[in-house]
Amino acid sequence: MVPDKQPITDDAAGKITRVEELAYELSVGEVMTKKVFTLRPDQTMREALDDIKKHRISGAPVAVDGNLLGILSIEDLIRSLRDGRIDLTVADYMTTNVITARKEDQVVEALKLFVKSNVGRLPVLDSSGVLVGVLTKGDITDGLLKALQTDYEAEELIRYRASHLFEDIVSDRSTLTLRYSVKKDDFSHGGAASNNIKKALLRLGATPQIARRCGIAVYESEINLIIHTNHGGMLRVEIEKDRITMEAYDDGPGIPDITLAMQPGYSTASQAIREKGFGAGMGLVNIKSCVDEMNLTSSPERGTSLFMVMHLEKTRHTSI
Amino acid sequence: MNLKEIQDKLQLRLLTAPIDPASIDIRAGYTSDMLSCVMTGAPSGSIWVTLMAHSNIIAVATLLDIPAIIITENAQPDDSTLARASEKEILLYSTTKPSFEIVGRLWEMGVRSQ
Repeated sequence: MVPDKQPITDDAAGKITRVEELAYELSVGEVMTKKVFTLRPDQTMREALDDIKKHRISGAPVAVDGNLLGILSIEDLIRSLRDGRIDLTVADYMTTNVITARKEDQVVEALKLFVKSNVGRLPVLDSSGVLVGVLTKGDITDGLLKALQTDYEAEELIRYRASHLFEDIVSDRSTLTLRYSVKKDDFSHGGAASNNIKKALLRLGATPQIARRCGIAVYESEINLIIHTNHGGMLRVEIEKDRITMEAYDDGPGIPDITLAMQPGYSTASQAIREKGFGAGMGLVNIKSCVDEMNLTSSPERGTSLFMVMHLEKTRHTSI
Repeated sequence: MNLKEIQDKLQLRLLTAPIDPASIDIRAGYTSDMLSCVMTGAPSGSIWVTLMAHSNIIAVATLLDIPAIIITENAQPDDSTLARASEKEILLYSTTKPSFEIVGRLWEMGVRSQ
């Protein structure tokens, strides 16, 4: 836990664990014990001793109609036994200067109170000062564990649902299609579509290698649409159980000589484009080495269409 | 190799939001200013040395799982590049030294291309 005296440094912030995050996210009201056993101030210490024994607790708040008056602990009972004055009332022995937590407080605030005061339990009050619960360190531990479990189950469920997508949907041929439109000269968004596609594939259970290869192929296609087209173009990725089909198409100007365009190092990119780090003449070559099938067609009238397929063999691949 | 070790030894200036470099393991290194070459050549987990400060280096690094980029010869990335790097949790470093020297120093430290 981050001690309250030190401000959280950037370095420490990087190391905050999920449990510590939860201590900030959860409120006292969410983890406290809501069914509070309370003592009345006019009860005798003898009656209080019986109640405490019956409920197997080590202390209890003293309240009338939700108004907190004090807290009685085992130590107070021992004092009354030692004094031989067990027939005096709870009001005579209770601690009236009670440290309380508020229902809306973050759990971390309550933890600080525990550390500072060394008390075993904190009565919890709502915003109008009514006693609504009791908080022990045990309640905090239980609350954090439950929240962690919920986190874990939610993430598992998302992962499971995504990776079993194709098993859950029964049809003769199920496909999932992702479409992205890419604008001419929009370098600031270059790579956005390919990164999204890579993320989607990983979510669907593709291996990191497959996701990376598809990501590279789509990235190069995306950059080609940004640099070499009249108006940009479209990217379409179709995911099936056994293969991923990727397509990039545009409406011109077309590639005059495809064989030349496929040669490593050949580029028609301008000097300005090269200064941005593009135009190495390796884009199509990279695509070819990443995918299992590639087909490039182009004409000045219809523009260019690049068709790429990645096969997902069982041996190489588990889930999709 | 630990990124913090590289940062200290090469006296690199960290430009991006706080991710603890000590928590990042550098497995290899790569250098090129041509993005397509990086695409084919840089193994995941590498540190990438480049003169390019353009925002497209972030897209490439994200795609390849490159955790850190050293931008050489004091080339300055713009604010949107820095913001995007922080968002993608990629560490950007700046140095006044040329790529050749940085790569040489990395090699001396034991960083290899694979």
